[in-house]
Amino acid sequence: MIEPLIEPIGALAIVAMALTVFLMRAGGFWLMGHVTVTPRVRRMLEALPGSILAAIVLPVVAKIGPPAAIGAVAAAGLMILFRNELAAVVAGVLVGVAVRAAGM
Amino acid sequence: MNDNEAGAPPFWSGAGFKLGVRQAVVAMPVMALFGFAFGAFAAHKGLTFVEASLMTALMFAGASQFVATEIWSHPMPVAAILALCIVTGIINMRYLLITGSLRPWLDGLPARQIYPAMAVLTEPGWLIGLRYRAEGGADAGTLAGSGVALWIVWIAGTMTGHLIGSLVADPQRYGLDLIMPVFFTVILVPLWRGARRAVPWAVAGASALVAARWLPGSWYLMVGSVAGAIVAGLQDD
Repeated sequence: MIEPLIEPIGALAIVAMALTVFLMRAGGFWLMGHVTVTPRVRRMLEALPGSILAAIVLPVVAKIGPPAAIGAVAAAGLMILFRNELAAVVAGVLVGVAVRAAGM
Repeated sequence: MNDNEAGAPPFWSGAGFKLGVRQAVVAMPVMALFGFAFGAFAAHKGLTFVEASLMTALMFAGASQFVATEIWSHPMPVAAILALCIVTGIINMRYLLITGSLRPWLDGLPARQIYPAMAVLTEPGWLIGLRYRAEGGADAGTLAGSGVALWIVWIAGTMTGHLIGSLVADPQRYGLDLIMPVFFTVILVPLWRGARRAVPWAVAGASALVAARWLPGSWYLMVGSVAGAIVAGLQDD
């Protein structure tokens, strides 16, 4: 099997994304003190991370079905109880695998 | 702006860098395992070892790497690069606030002592740094030290995950396709600020579900995210 290690356009995409992330990391420090954020804009910014995650997760869960749905709910429950991301993810995936093995 | 809070004035030292590496040890297992999960997921999605490693080393931004991998394609249309960057920017917008919060501590240091540390900053490194500062620490070298240490662990985790993940013949059986949705659901939990603040999330998820049915590619992501932000903007405090 011969596959290209990386296509030029793929490398370009990765470098562009890396620069974007750096802009966020450097930009926050730089911007602080230069801008005034109105309450409305702040509310929109605060809602963005959760909105993005919900918009990513729900269609994927709908596509995969019960293993993803039950695994995700189990993981969220464990995270609420124990506040341990890693344990919650591992347990959630295991629950999903069990659900799948059970033929659901 | 030069209002260093009550703490001691900032400085940068090699000893601080070494201290930062030691401080990072507590976060290393999580970093390694999430790196591993990303590598395995990338292999499962058809990214080559070089693509996954380069992405992991240059971006060092787990959530957006999962998303970029989810919508990665061979061959990649040029227009997709713009979409990837927009999504990457939105997902990492939180870093504007995270690194912004370090200004009161680091204000006054030369740029060469600040921006390299910002480039490798992640939530665990940031939390470690905030705690160190709260205990009276002032050495900015610790931020760079913990950042670089976690970065190396992250890269090693990804490479291992990709190598082992690509050997797995039946990824679904081991739940590799479940890592991404489960991981994102879990990181929603600490973002919870009550049901009212979650209304935009529900709108975002519902819009994305509908959009995924009717629109091509990953447009559902933008439709859902923007719908959530608009709803948040319309809510009164």
